Amino acid sequence: MKLEMRQVAKSFGSRTVLSGFDLDVAAGEVVSFIGASGSGKTTLLRCVNLLEPIDDGAIFLDGDEISRIGRDPNPIRRRIGIVFQSFNLFPHMSVRQNITLALMRVLEKSADEATGTAKNLLARFGLADKLDAYPDQLSGGQQQRVAIVRALAMNPELLLLDEITSALDPELVGEVLDVVRELKGSGITMLIATHEMMFAQEISDRVCFLDAGRIAEQGPPSQVFSQPRDERTKQFLRRVQALGKT
Amino acid sequence: MIPRLPRWDRVRESFFNGERLRDSFPRLLEAFVLDIKIFAWSTPAILALALVLAIARSSRNPALFPIRIFVIGYIDVMRGVPVILWIYLIGFGVPGVGLERPFNSPLLWGSVALVMTYSAYVAEVFRAGIDSVHESQRAAARSLGLSNSQTMRFVILPQAIRRVVPPLMNDLVSLQKDVALVSLIGPIEILRQAGIDKSKFANFTPYVAAAIIFLSITIPLTRTTDHLLARERRRTSATRVR
Repeated sequence: MKLEMRQVAKSFGSRTVLSGFDLDVAAGEVVSFIGASGSGKTTLLRCVNLLEPIDDGAIFLDGDEISRIGRDPNPIRRRIGIVFQSFNLFPHMSVRQNITLALMRVLEKSADEATGTAKNLLARFGLADKLDAYPDQLSGGQQQRVAIVRALAMNPELLLLDEITSALDPELVGEVLDVVRELKGSGITMLIATHEMMFAQEISDRVCFLDAGRIAEQGPPSQVFSQPRDERTKQFLRRVQALGKT
Repeated sequence: MIPRLPRWDRVRESFFNGERLRDSFPRLLEAFVLDIKIFAWSTPAILALALVLAIARSSRNPALFPIRIFVIGYIDVMRGVPVILWIYLIGFGVPGVGLERPFNSPLLWGSVALVMTYSAYVAEVFRAGIDSVHESQRAAARSLGLSNSQTMRFVILPQAIRRVVPPLMNDLVSLQKDVALVSLIGPIEILRQAGIDKSKFANFTPYVAAAIIFLSITIPLTRTTDHLLARERRRTSATRVR
Protein backbone atom coordinates (compact mmCIF):
# COMPACT_ATOMS: atom_id res chain seq x y z
CA MET A 1 0.00 0.00 0.00
CA LYS A 2 1.27 3.42 -0.96
CA LEU A 3 1.11 6.14 1.68
CA GLU A 4 1.34 9.89 1.09
CA MET A 5 1.19 12.64 3.67
CA ARG A 6 0.83 16.21 2.48
CA GLN A 7 1.45 19.24 4.72
CA VAL A 8 0.08 17.41 7.75
CA ALA A 9 -0.20 19.50 10.92
CA LYS A 10 -1.08 18.31 14.41
CA SER A 11 -0.95 20.12 17.73
CA PHE A 12 -2.06 19.31 21.23
CA GLY A 13 -3.25 22.59 22.69
CA SER A 14 -0.43 25.07 22.17
CA ARG A 15 2.17 22.35 21.54
CA THR A 16 2.81 21.75 17.85
CA VAL A 17 3.84 18.17 17.21
CA LEU A 18 3.73 17.94 13.41
CA SER A 19 3.80 20.89 11.05
CA GLY A 20 3.91 20.93 7.28
CA PHE A 21 4.77 17.25 7.35
CA ASP A 22 5.34 15.53 3.98
CA LEU A 23 6.04 11.86 3.47
CA ASP A 24 5.87 9.36 0.60
CA VAL A 25 6.11 5.66 1.29
CA ALA A 26 6.11 3.15 -1.56
CA ALA A 27 4.30 -0.18 -1.34
CA GLY A 28 6.48 -2.75 0.44
CA GLU A 29 8.89 -0.14 1.75
CA VAL A 30 10.18 -0.28 5.34
CA VAL A 31 10.69 3.19 6.78
CA SER A 32 12.09 3.88 10.26
CA PHE A 33 11.61 7.06 12.20
CA ILE A 34 14.25 8.05 14.71
CA GLY A 35 14.57 11.16 16.83
CA ALA A 36 14.43 12.35 20.41
CA SER A 37 11.42 11.70 22.64
CA GLY A 38 8.73 14.22 21.79
CA SER A 39 9.91 14.64 18.20
CA GLY A 40 6.55 13.40 16.90
CA LYS A 41 7.22 9.75 16.04
CA THR A 42 4.29 8.29 17.96
CA THR A 43 1.90 11.08 16.93
CA LEU A 44 2.86 10.51 13.29
CA LEU A 45 1.91 6.84 13.47
CA ARG A 46 -1.31 7.53 15.37
CA CYS A 47 -2.32 10.09 12.74
CA VAL A 48 -1.81 7.56 9.93
CA ASN A 49 -4.07 5.15 11.81
CA LEU A 50 -6.62 7.97 12.36
CA LEU A 51 -6.40 7.50 16.13
CA GLU A 52 -5.47 11.18 16.20
CA PRO A 53 -7.42 13.50 13.90
CA ILE A 54 -5.06 15.81 11.99
CA ASP A 55 -5.54 19.58 12.14
CA ASP A 56 -4.47 20.36 8.58
CA GLY A 57 -3.15 18.71 5.44
CA ALA A 58 -4.12 15.33 4.03
CA ILE A 59 -3.21 11.66 4.20
CA PHE A 60 -3.68 9.38 1.18
CA LEU A 61 -3.66 5.59 0.98
CA ASP A 62 -3.22 4.44 -2.59
CA GLY A 63 -4.37 7.88 -3.71
CA ASP A 64 -7.52 7.79 -1.53
CA GLU A 65 -7.81 10.62 0.97
CA ILE A 66 -8.42 8.90 4.31
CA SER A 67 -8.12 11.99 6.50
CA ARG A 68 -11.23 13.73 5.17
CA ILE A 69 -13.53 14.89 7.95
CA GLY A 70 -16.57 12.69 8.42
CA ARG A 71 -15.04 9.60 6.82
CA ASP A 72 -15.75 6.35 8.60
CA PRO A 73 -12.38 5.32 10.02
CA ASN A 74 -13.26 1.67 10.62
CA PRO A 75 -12.83 0.29 7.06
CA ILE A 76 -9.53 2.17 6.80
CA ARG A 77 -8.20 0.89 10.11
CA ARG A 78 -8.86 -2.69 9.01
CA ARG A 79 -6.15 -2.22 6.37
CA ILE A 80 -3.65 -0.69 8.81
CA GLY A 81 -2.25 -2.62 11.75
CA ILE A 82 -0.59 -0.91 14.72
CA VAL A 83 1.51 -2.37 17.51
CA PHE A 84 1.90 -0.23 20.61
CA GLN A 85 4.78 0.39 22.97
CA SER A 86 2.74 -0.91 25.91
CA PHE A 87 1.31 -3.97 24.04
CA ASN A 88 -2.30 -3.06 24.91
CA LEU A 89 -3.52 -6.63 24.90
CA PHE A 90 -7.01 -7.08 26.33
CA PRO A 91 -6.29 -8.46 29.83
CA HIS A 92 -9.69 -10.13 30.29
CA MET A 93 -9.28 -12.23 27.16
CA SER A 94 -7.08 -15.21 26.40
CA VAL A 95 -4.49 -14.98 23.62
CA ARG A 96 -6.94 -16.74 21.31
CA GLN A 97 -9.73 -14.26 22.10
CA ASN A 98 -7.39 -11.29 21.72
CA ILE A 99 -6.53 -12.43 18.21
CA THR A 100 -9.94 -13.66 17.07
CA LEU A 101 -12.09 -10.78 18.40
CA ALA A 102 -11.62 -8.47 15.41
CA LEU A 103 -11.47 -11.37 12.95
CA MET A 104 -14.93 -12.43 14.03
CA ARG A 105 -16.54 -9.07 14.79
CA VAL A 106 -14.97 -6.93 12.06
CA LEU A 107 -14.11 -9.34 9.26
CA GLU A 108 -17.04 -11.61 10.23
CA LYS A 109 -15.10 -14.85 10.02
CA SER A 110 -16.36 -18.00 11.70
CA ALA A 111 -14.89 -18.97 15.09
CA ASP A 112 -13.15 -21.97 13.52
CA GLU A 113 -11.61 -19.95 10.74
CA ALA A 114 -10.47 -17.21 13.14
CA THR A 115 -8.97 -19.74 15.54
CA GLY A 116 -7.19 -21.37 12.60
CA THR A 117 -5.64 -18.04 11.64
CA ALA A 118 -4.60 -17.45 15.25
CA LYS A 119 -3.02 -20.90 15.56
CA ASN A 120 -1.06 -20.55 12.31
CA LEU A 121 0.35 -17.16 13.20
CA LEU A 122 1.17 -18.14 16.79
CA ALA A 123 3.00 -21.23 15.51
CA ARG A 124 4.92 -19.11 13.01
CA PHE A 125 6.25 -16.92 15.84
CA GLY A 126 6.92 -19.71 18.35
CA LEU A 127 3.86 -19.13 20.53
CA ALA A 128 1.81 -22.22 19.63
CA ASP A 129 1.50 -23.31 23.27
CA LYS A 130 0.14 -19.93 24.42
CA LEU A 131 -3.22 -20.09 22.64
CA ASP A 132 -5.23 -20.27 25.86
CA ALA A 133 -2.92 -18.27 28.12
CA TYR A 134 -3.93 -14.87 29.48
CA PRO A 135 -1.73 -11.80 28.87
CA ASP A 136 -0.78 -11.61 32.56
CA GLN A 137 0.70 -15.10 32.34
CA LEU A 138 3.13 -14.12 29.55
CA SER A 139 6.50 -12.35 29.60
CA GLY A 140 6.73 -8.89 28.07
CA GLY A 141 8.36 -10.26 24.94
CA GLN A 142 5.67 -12.88 24.53
CA GLN A 143 2.95 -10.26 25.07
CA GLN A 144 4.43 -8.03 22.41
CA ARG A 145 4.69 -10.92 19.95
CA VAL A 146 1.04 -11.73 20.62
CA ALA A 147 0.20 -8.07 19.98
CA ILE A 148 2.04 -8.29 16.64
CA VAL A 149 0.14 -11.47 15.80
CA ARG A 150 -3.13 -9.74 16.71
CA ALA A 151 -2.36 -6.94 14.25
CA LEU A 152 -1.13 -9.34 11.54
CA ALA A 153 -4.19 -11.57 11.82
CA MET A 154 -6.23 -8.80 10.18
CA ASN A 155 -3.91 -9.16 7.18
CA PRO A 156 -3.06 -5.43 7.06
CA GLU A 157 -1.43 -3.85 4.04
CA LEU A 158 0.40 -1.38 6.24
CA LEU A 159 1.89 -2.12 9.66
CA LEU A 160 2.79 0.62 12.14
CA LEU A 161 5.23 -0.29 14.91
CA ASP A 162 5.32 2.29 17.69
CA GLU A 163 8.49 1.81 19.75
CA ILE A 164 7.57 -1.81 20.21
CA THR A 165 10.67 -2.72 22.21
CA SER A 166 10.81 0.32 24.50
CA ALA A 167 8.90 -1.34 27.33
CA LEU A 168 10.92 -4.57 27.21
CA ASP A 169 13.88 -5.84 29.18
CA PRO A 170 17.02 -5.88 27.01
CA GLU A 171 17.12 -9.68 26.81
CA LEU A 172 13.56 -9.76 25.46
CA VAL A 173 14.15 -7.21 22.70
CA GLY A 174 15.77 -9.77 20.38
CA GLU A 175 12.78 -12.10 20.16
CA VAL A 176 10.47 -9.25 19.18
CA LEU A 177 12.87 -7.85 16.59
CA ASP A 178 13.23 -11.33 15.08
CA VAL A 179 9.50 -11.22 14.36
CA VAL A 180 9.89 -7.92 12.53
CA ARG A 181 12.87 -9.29 10.53
CA GLU A 182 10.72 -12.13 9.36
CA LEU A 183 7.94 -9.73 8.37
CA LYS A 184 10.23 -7.67 6.20
CA GLY A 185 10.63 -10.68 3.95
CA SER A 186 6.85 -10.92 3.46
CA GLY A 187 6.61 -7.65 1.55
CA ILE A 188 4.34 -5.75 3.97
CA THR A 189 4.74 -1.96 4.13
CA MET A 190 6.03 -0.93 7.55
CA LEU A 191 6.50 2.33 9.38
CA ILE A 192 8.68 1.88 12.46
CA ALA A 193 9.18 4.40 15.25
CA THR A 194 12.19 3.21 17.22
CA HIS A 195 15.07 3.96 19.53
CA GLU A 196 16.96 0.84 18.42
CA MET A 197 19.48 2.43 16.06
CA MET A 198 21.22 -0.80 15.11
CA PHE A 199 17.91 -2.37 14.28
CA ALA A 200 16.74 0.65 12.26
CA GLN A 201 19.98 0.51 10.32
CA GLU A 202 19.58 -3.19 9.60
CA ILE A 203 15.92 -3.42 8.70
CA SER A 204 15.03 -0.15 6.99
CA ASP A 205 14.96 0.74 3.34
CA ARG A 206 14.92 4.33 4.49
CA VAL A 207 15.53 6.15 7.76
CA CYS A 208 13.91 9.48 8.64
CA PHE A 209 15.27 11.66 11.41
CA LEU A 210 12.45 13.65 12.98
CA ASP A 211 13.03 16.95 14.69
CA ALA A 212 10.43 19.49 15.83
CA GLY A 213 7.62 17.89 13.85
CA ARG A 214 9.43 17.65 10.51
CA ILE A 215 11.75 15.26 8.75
CA ALA A 216 15.11 16.91 9.24
CA GLU A 217 16.97 14.31 7.22
CA GLN A 218 16.12 11.12 5.38
CA GLY A 219 17.83 8.58 3.19
CA PRO A 220 19.14 5.02 3.08
CA PRO A 221 20.33 3.90 6.52
CA SER A 222 23.95 3.74 5.42
CA GLN A 223 23.88 7.41 4.51
CA VAL A 224 21.87 8.74 7.49
CA PHE A 225 23.92 6.83 10.05
CA SER A 226 27.39 7.16 8.51
CA GLN A 227 27.31 10.53 6.76
CA PRO A 228 24.50 12.59 8.27
CA ARG A 229 24.32 16.02 6.67
CA ASP A 230 21.90 17.73 9.02
CA GLU A 231 23.49 19.28 12.08
CA ARG A 232 20.74 18.11 14.48
CA THR A 233 20.94 14.58 13.13
CA LYS A 234 24.68 14.58 13.82
CA GLN A 235 24.12 15.81 17.36
CA PHE A 236 21.40 13.23 18.03
CA LEU A 237 23.49 10.34 16.71
CA ARG A 238 26.50 11.46 18.74
CA ARG A 239 24.41 11.51 21.90
CA VAL A 240 22.93 8.10 21.17
CA GLN A 241 26.37 6.63 20.43
CA ALA A 242 27.79 8.10 23.62
CA LEU A 243 24.98 6.43 25.57
CA GLY A 244 25.60 3.14 23.83
CA LYS A 245 29.22 3.09 24.98
CA THR A 246 28.53 3.56 28.69
CA MET B 1 -19.42 -7.08 81.80
CA ILE B 2 -22.76 -6.56 80.08
CA PRO B 3 -24.85 -8.75 82.46
CA ARG B 4 -23.73 -6.52 85.34
CA LEU B 5 -25.29 -3.38 83.86
CA PRO B 6 -28.21 -2.40 86.11
CA ARG B 7 -31.04 -2.76 83.59
CA TRP B 8 -29.63 -5.60 81.49
CA ASP B 9 -32.31 -8.03 82.60
CA ARG B 10 -35.08 -5.83 81.25
CA VAL B 11 -33.27 -5.23 77.96
CA ARG B 12 -32.74 -8.97 77.56
CA GLU B 13 -36.38 -9.59 78.25
CA SER B 14 -37.63 -7.13 75.63
CA PHE B 15 -34.99 -7.68 72.88
CA PHE B 16 -33.84 -11.28 73.29
CA ASN B 17 -36.96 -13.08 74.39
CA GLY B 18 -36.75 -16.73 73.27
CA GLU B 19 -40.46 -17.33 73.33
CA ARG B 20 -41.27 -14.22 71.29
CA LEU B 21 -38.54 -15.18 68.84
CA ARG B 22 -39.96 -18.67 68.29
CA ASP B 23 -43.43 -17.24 67.89
CA SER B 24 -42.55 -14.44 65.44
CA PHE B 25 -39.91 -16.15 63.36
CA PRO B 26 -42.17 -18.12 60.98
CA ARG B 27 -44.37 -15.06 60.36
CA LEU B 28 -41.34 -12.89 59.69
CA LEU B 29 -39.85 -15.45 57.37
CA GLU B 30 -43.08 -15.54 55.43
CA ALA B 31 -43.17 -11.75 55.20
CA PHE B 32 -39.53 -11.75 54.11
CA VAL B 33 -40.50 -13.56 50.91
CA LEU B 34 -41.99 -10.26 49.74
CA ASP B 35 -38.68 -8.47 50.40
CA ILE B 36 -36.90 -11.07 48.33
CA LYS B 37 -39.43 -10.70 45.54
CA ILE B 38 -39.07 -6.92 45.43
CA PHE B 39 -35.28 -7.31 45.47
CA ALA B 40 -35.39 -9.97 42.77
CA TRP B 41 -37.41 -7.96 40.28
CA SER B 42 -35.82 -4.60 41.07
CA THR B 43 -32.19 -5.69 40.75
CA PRO B 44 -32.17 -6.66 37.04
CA ALA B 45 -34.10 -3.49 36.23
CA ILE B 46 -31.63 -1.37 38.24
CA LEU B 47 -28.58 -2.96 36.62
CA ALA B 48 -29.98 -2.61 33.11
CA LEU B 49 -31.13 0.99 33.55
CA ALA B 50 -27.87 1.96 35.32
CA LEU B 51 -25.81 0.48 32.49
CA VAL B 52 -27.77 2.43 29.90
CA LEU B 53 -27.35 5.64 31.93
CA ALA B 54 -23.61 5.05 32.41
CA ILE B 55 -23.02 4.31 28.72
CA ALA B 56 -25.02 7.36 27.69
CA ARG B 57 -23.08 9.51 30.11
CA SER B 58 -19.71 8.13 28.94
CA SER B 59 -20.51 8.50 25.26
CA ARG B 60 -18.22 10.80 23.28
CA ASN B 61 -20.48 11.41 20.36
CA PRO B 62 -21.07 15.20 20.19
CA ALA B 63 -24.57 14.54 18.82
CA LEU B 64 -25.53 12.88 22.11
CA PHE B 65 -24.75 15.99 24.14
CA PRO B 66 -28.43 16.66 25.06
CA ILE B 67 -28.81 13.07 26.25
CA ARG B 68 -25.68 13.41 28.41
CA ILE B 69 -27.10 16.56 29.99
CA PHE B 70 -30.41 14.80 30.65
CA VAL B 71 -28.65 11.81 32.25
CA ILE B 72 -26.51 14.04 34.46
CA GLY B 73 -29.66 15.90 35.59
CA TYR B 74 -31.50 12.65 36.27
CA ILE B 75 -28.63 11.24 38.36
CA ASP B 76 -28.25 14.46 40.34
CA VAL B 77 -31.97 14.69 41.14
CA MET B 78 -32.39 10.99 41.99
CA ARG B 79 -29.34 10.86 44.24
CA GLY B 80 -30.01 14.20 45.86
CA VAL B 81 -33.29 13.19 47.53
CA PRO B 82 -33.63 10.48 50.21
CA VAL B 83 -34.88 7.14 48.90
CA ILE B 84 -37.77 7.18 51.38
CA LEU B 85 -39.00 10.48 49.95
CA TRP B 86 -39.06 9.11 46.40
CA ILE B 87 -40.99 6.10 47.67
CA TYR B 88 -43.61 8.37 49.20
CA LEU B 89 -43.76 10.71 46.21
CA ILE B 90 -43.91 8.04 43.51
CA GLY B 91 -45.74 5.41 45.56
CA PHE B 92 -48.57 7.72 46.64
CA GLY B 93 -48.36 10.24 43.80
CA VAL B 94 -48.51 8.16 40.66
CA PRO B 95 -51.44 5.90 41.62
CA GLY B 96 -53.19 9.10 42.73
CA VAL B 97 -53.86 10.12 39.12
CA GLY B 98 -56.55 7.43 39.02
CA LEU B 99 -54.88 4.33 37.62
CA GLU B 100 -56.91 1.12 37.55
CA ARG B 101 -55.90 -2.14 39.18
CA PRO B 102 -53.28 -3.57 38.97
CA PHE B 103 -51.49 -0.37 37.97
CA ASN B 104 -52.34 1.44 41.18
CA SER B 105 -50.47 -1.05 43.36
CA PRO B 106 -48.15 0.58 45.92
CA LEU B 107 -45.94 -2.47 45.53
CA LEU B 108 -45.45 -1.64 41.85
CA TRP B 109 -44.76 2.06 42.34
CA GLY B 110 -42.64 1.47 45.42
CA SER B 111 -40.49 -0.82 43.31
CA VAL B 112 -40.36 1.76 40.53
CA ALA B 113 -39.12 4.33 43.06
CA LEU B 114 -36.38 1.93 44.18
CA VAL B 115 -35.37 1.25 40.59
CA MET B 116 -35.24 4.94 39.73
CA THR B 117 -33.14 5.96 42.73
CA TYR B 118 -30.82 2.97 42.83
CA SER B 119 -30.13 3.09 39.10
CA ALA B 120 -28.73 6.59 39.61
CA TYR B 121 -26.29 5.35 42.27
CA VAL B 122 -25.35 2.25 40.32
CA ALA B 123 -24.90 4.25 37.09
CA GLU B 124 -22.18 6.25 38.81
CA VAL B 125 -20.48 3.02 39.88
CA PHE B 126 -20.55 1.75 36.30
CA ARG B 127 -19.28 5.08 35.00
CA ALA B 128 -16.33 5.00 37.40
CA GLY B 129 -15.55 1.52 36.06
CA ILE B 130 -15.75 2.65 32.44
CA ASP B 131 -13.49 5.64 33.17
CA SER B 132 -10.96 3.40 34.92
CA VAL B 133 -10.22 1.39 31.76
CA HIS B 134 -7.11 2.93 30.26
CA GLU B 135 -7.44 4.89 27.05
CA SER B 136 -4.87 2.60 25.40
CA GLN B 137 -7.39 -0.27 25.50
CA ARG B 138 -9.77 1.83 23.45
CA ALA B 139 -6.95 2.74 21.05
CA ALA B 140 -6.05 -0.94 20.60
CA ALA B 141 -9.67 -1.92 19.95
CA ARG B 142 -10.37 0.92 17.53
CA SER B 143 -7.10 0.28 15.68
CA LEU B 144 -8.35 -3.23 14.91
CA GLY B 145 -11.36 -1.73 13.19
CA LEU B 146 -13.89 -2.34 15.97
CA SER B 147 -16.64 0.27 16.05
CA ASN B 148 -17.31 2.47 19.07
CA SER B 149 -20.12 0.26 20.31
CA GLN B 150 -18.18 -2.97 19.70
CA THR B 151 -15.27 -1.48 21.64
CA MET B 152 -17.61 -0.67 24.51
CA ARG B 153 -19.26 -4.09 24.47
CA PHE B 154 -16.28 -6.40 24.05
CA VAL B 155 -13.34 -4.46 25.49
CA ILE B 156 -14.36 -1.66 27.87
CA LEU B 157 -17.46 -2.98 29.66
CA PRO B 158 -16.12 -6.47 30.51
CA GLN B 159 -13.12 -4.89 32.21
CA ALA B 160 -15.14 -2.08 33.78
CA ILE B 161 -17.76 -4.40 35.26
CA ARG B 162 -15.18 -6.77 36.75
CA ARG B 163 -13.57 -3.82 38.51
CA VAL B 164 -16.80 -2.46 39.98
CA VAL B 165 -18.22 -5.71 41.34
CA PRO B 166 -17.25 -4.91 44.97
CA PRO B 167 -18.84 -1.41 45.04
CA LEU B 168 -21.77 -2.84 43.09
CA MET B 169 -22.31 -5.45 45.79
CA ASN B 170 -22.16 -2.67 48.32
CA ASP B 171 -25.11 -0.99 46.59
CA LEU B 172 -27.02 -4.25 46.26
CA VAL B 173 -26.63 -5.02 49.96
CA SER B 174 -27.89 -1.53 50.59
CA LEU B 175 -30.85 -2.16 48.30
CA GLN B 176 -31.64 -5.45 50.01
CA LYS B 177 -32.21 -3.45 53.18
CA ASP B 178 -33.93 -0.43 51.62
CA VAL B 179 -36.53 -2.77 50.14
CA ALA B 180 -38.04 -2.63 53.62
CA LEU B 181 -38.87 1.05 53.05
CA VAL B 182 -41.55 0.05 50.57
CA SER B 183 -43.60 -1.13 53.57
CA LEU B 184 -44.10 2.52 54.50
CA ILE B 185 -46.60 2.92 51.68
CA GLY B 186 -48.55 -0.25 52.46
CA PRO B 187 -47.20 -3.68 51.60
CA ILE B 188 -46.62 -5.92 54.60
CA GLU B 189 -43.08 -7.16 54.38
CA ILE B 190 -40.73 -8.21 57.14
CA LEU B 191 -40.10 -4.83 58.76
CA ARG B 192 -43.79 -4.05 58.85
CA GLN B 193 -44.60 -7.54 60.17
CA ALA B 194 -41.96 -7.12 62.88
CA GLY B 195 -43.58 -3.80 63.79
CA ILE B 196 -46.98 -5.45 64.04
CA ASP B 197 -45.62 -8.23 66.28
CA LYS B 198 -43.75 -5.71 68.39
CA SER B 199 -46.90 -3.73 69.04
CA LYS B 200 -49.00 -6.79 69.70
CA PHE B 201 -46.71 -8.19 72.38
CA ALA B 202 -44.97 -4.98 73.49
CA ASN B 203 -41.65 -6.66 72.84
CA PHE B 204 -38.76 -5.73 70.54
CA THR B 205 -37.52 -9.26 69.85
CA PRO B 206 -39.20 -9.40 66.39
CA TYR B 207 -36.88 -6.58 65.27
CA VAL B 208 -33.84 -8.58 66.33
CA ALA B 209 -35.27 -11.59 64.52
CA ALA B 210 -35.75 -9.47 61.38
CA ALA B 211 -32.12 -8.31 61.65
CA ILE B 212 -30.97 -11.93 61.82
CA ILE B 213 -33.02 -12.78 58.73
CA PHE B 214 -31.54 -9.86 56.77
CA LEU B 215 -28.01 -10.91 57.75
CA SER B 216 -28.65 -14.48 56.68
CA ILE B 217 -29.06 -13.16 53.12
CA THR B 218 -26.61 -10.26 52.90
CA ILE B 219 -23.56 -12.01 54.39
CA PRO B 220 -23.63 -15.07 52.09
CA LEU B 221 -24.28 -12.72 49.16
CA THR B 222 -21.13 -10.72 49.89
CA ARG B 223 -18.97 -13.78 50.60
CA THR B 224 -20.04 -15.45 47.35
CA THR B 225 -19.07 -12.38 45.35
CA ASP B 226 -15.67 -12.22 47.03
CA HIS B 227 -15.16 -15.86 46.19
CA LEU B 228 -16.12 -15.40 42.53
CA LEU B 229 -13.83 -12.40 42.18
CA ALA B 230 -10.90 -14.25 43.71
CA ARG B 231 -11.44 -17.16 41.34
CA GLU B 232 -11.52 -14.83 38.34
CA ARG B 233 -8.28 -13.19 39.46
CA ARG B 234 -6.57 -16.57 39.84
CA ARG B 235 -7.70 -17.58 36.38
CA THR B 236 -6.31 -14.57 34.50
CA SER B 237 -3.14 -13.74 36.37
CA ALA B 238 0.13 -15.51 36.86
CA THR B 239 1.42 -14.67 40.30
CA ARG B 240 0.17 -13.11 43.49
CA VAL B 241 2.22 -10.86 45.67
CA ARG B 242 1.93 -12.00 49.24
